[in-house]
Amino acid sequence: MLRQLELSCSVSTMFSTIPCFCKRGDIIVADEGVHWGIQNGLQLSRRTIVYFKHNDMDSLRSTLEKIMTKNKRSKNLRRYIVAEAVYQNSGQIAPLDEIVKLKEKYRFRVILDESNSLGVLGRSGRGLSEHHGVPIEKIDVVTAAMGHALATEGGFCTGNARIIDYQRLSSSGYVFSASLPPYLASAAITAIDVIDQNPELLVKMKQNIALLWKGLSDIKGMSLASNHESPIVFLKLEKSSGSTKEDLLLLEKMADRALKEDSLLVVSSKKSFLDKCRLLVGIKLFVSAGHSDTDLIKASESLKRLASELLLSPNLFFLFITSYVFFFNLLSYFIILDDHVA
Amino acid sequence: MITIPYLTAVSTYFSYGLLFAFGQLRDYSRRIFDWWSTNNLHGYAPICLAHEDFYIRRLYHRIQDCFGRPISSAPDAWVDVVERFSNDNNKTLKRTTKSTRCLNLGSYNYLGFGSYDEYCTPLVIESLKKFSPSTCSSRVDAGTTSVHAELEECVAKYVGKPAAIVTGMGYATNSAIIPVLIGKGGLIISDSLNHTSIVNGARGSGATIRVFQHNTPAHLERVLKEQIAEGQPRTHRPWKKIIVVVEGIYSMEGEICQLPEIVSICKKYKAYVYLDEAHSIGAIGKTGRGVCELLGVDTADVDIMMGTFTKSFGSCGGYIAGSKDLIQYLKYHCPAHLYATSISTPSAQQIISAIKVILGEDGSNRGAQKLARIRENSNFFRAELQKMGFEVLGDNDSPVMPIMLYNPAKIPAFSRECLRENVAVVVVGFPATPLLLARARICISASHSREDLLKALQVISKAGDLTGIKYFPAAPKKQEEEKDTIKLD
Repeated sequence: MLRQLELSCSVSTMFSTIPCFCKRGDIIVADEGVHWGIQNGLQLSRRTIVYFKHNDMDSLRSTLEKIMTKNKRSKNLRRYIVAEAVYQNSGQIAPLDEIVKLKEKYRFRVILDESNSLGVLGRSGRGLSEHHGVPIEKIDVVTAAMGHALATEGGFCTGNARIIDYQRLSSSGYVFSASLPPYLASAAITAIDVIDQNPELLVKMKQNIALLWKGLSDIKGMSLASNHESPIVFLKLEKSSGSTKEDLLLLEKMADRALKEDSLLVVSSKKSFLDKCRLLVGIKLFVSAGHSDTDLIKASESLKRLASELLLSPNLFFLFITSYVFFFNLLSYFIILDDHVA
Repeated sequence: MITIPYLTAVSTYFSYGLLFAFGQLRDYSRRIFDWWSTNNLHGYAPICLAHEDFYIRRLYHRIQDCFGRPISSAPDAWVDVVERFSNDNNKTLKRTTKSTRCLNLGSYNYLGFGSYDEYCTPLVIESLKKFSPSTCSSRVDAGTTSVHAELEECVAKYVGKPAAIVTGMGYATNSAIIPVLIGKGGLIISDSLNHTSIVNGARGSGATIRVFQHNTPAHLERVLKEQIAEGQPRTHRPWKKIIVVVEGIYSMEGEICQLPEIVSICKKYKAYVYLDEAHSIGAIGKTGRGVCELLGVDTADVDIMMGTFTKSFGSCGGYIAGSKDLIQYLKYHCPAHLYATSISTPSAQQIISAIKVILGEDGSNRGAQKLARIRENSNFFRAELQKMGFEVLGDNDSPVMPIMLYNPAKIPAFSRECLRENVAVVVVGFPATPLLLARARICISASHSREDLLKALQVISKAGDLTGIKYFPAAPKKQEEEKDTIKLD
């Protein structure tokens, strides 16, 4: 029987859940692109953590193979795979059917974060398991933040009765923290009812995502790096300048100009130095069922224009500046050398 | 420090021993029964090992009805507690549609903002209609509204610091901010009874952690001296940064921290002070500005002031206040600011309105009245409980009053007895307190009237007599003294 536990903050859901179930010697295999909440939970659990390449099933398979053959004792240890349904940092969708096949072969348990897929994927919005046709019982623990499709605050964790009962006393974010304000809980209940009764919202959103993809498929200087069904449309730079800081400055400039000139609000990736995720930075667009067709067409036109203005010509400008600086340094070096020799 | 009486300690150990023995016996017989039925783990390692959830299955489930009681009204001085029943010996509890009106001694409703307020609630409803329940975004992306900006300014001014940053949850504030402030090569010295959020934040930061005896500045000085002399472990280089973490009011003890001494020690040894005012902001001090105002410490001497809005302001969320540079740095790097959804806009409006009421900026003196009332109520209640012979922890002026129970059987007995008389109290056991030091925690509110407090005292006294928790001798009653004087005359 499935039960549920609610917490009052989205970010604390994962970092309270993971340390409950991991003790000394347990093994956790996590995707390298998971968000900070999960990374913090993994760090707090202080267990053996092995990362696999972002959304790469071959890498996952070889990692699981290595763990099971290397350590003969691993049969008695608890083993988990931690993944996100829709990755916040890249917009990729995890191939749940393959993960479940691997999990059953090597006897791992799956902890899935469905923050960005609840109310989005699947015919009735029930998330990644419905999208891939996997029965929900095969996933051991599902957590989600409610600040996304459900438009309230907080997060929840579901699993079978024993897991949830155990968490009522050992999940620190649940025990040592105040509960959610009641109006937010009511808002969540109503949001779920609305999604259940209006499946056309999901259809509209999927149409909007497809429309945006069509509009942005020929953008110059950037490419679409997310999954074509994900509500987070991620644009990454085709030619990175080599430094994350430079890239971020350029993307920020693009987002600023989009807001000032076309009244279009997009966000660039933000990174804290605590975040160990090494994925590329880019511009994120969050699609909603409330967007109209004209809005999305206008948005793609605006981004295409800004990309061609900012990303292609300034290359020459940067080239000029860097070559100027280089020659200037070379010249001053020779002058100093001359002085020394003299 | 709590010193448990000898006889009580023996009986508590015996009780726990008995409970553990019965629990193990039940587990053993369950294992024998299950040996016949098929093992359905299919090669997976069990997710909860038997000994990990032993406490939950064999001890906690028996008294589960005393915890997590659902309420069906706002947490004011009186609250509707939903009745529950169980068909399987308390393993699962089902709600009924009936509820009983009980005197609420368990909510952190210090200033009475937990229910409808004539100034705050209309503004909150307006803000809900204008902004909607959630911003659906983190602060840096699209989650900052004008209300959020106003809130941060308001909080900074109220607390007495140049700038402040607000997050959606108090627990996440500590866990997400401490790793940003200090990392490997730094030293965190924290009070032994600090809250779990501080412990988690400290562990997540990677810095070395040392603990000093609860509220003992002399021990803090000794620890500081030793650690500075030794330097970092292994390399013995000087520490990059030292932060001393203390709380304003300790929620399980009700004690106020000895801030002036701690601040002077930290100044002497050049360590930073991090003050967690979760329970003290809005509840103590002449204008509710917390432990700094109460003890006369200049806010410029405390480097980082943290607090939550759940207790005195009737909202949710936490804040950090400090210098402009510190807050600017946190805004660039704190994960709670960059990744977590921002605080709900109506909740932010509630905080702003509550602060305005407390400072009297709404045009009335309700704020000053509330602060005076909570101080009066706390001192009166504590004095009366101590006269009755209960072992009450905490300092004067603190609205948190833990009454020691010790024995595990007294936890459900006290709680159920009080509920029978329509008084809702919160009892706390393991893991929130040490195993042997179970207690009932009373939280007084400014919305309690004198009659409410007298009723509560009467009920608690009766329950205390039944459960035998009056560990100290009761003070002699005044009537007997008067009789004596008349006799002499």
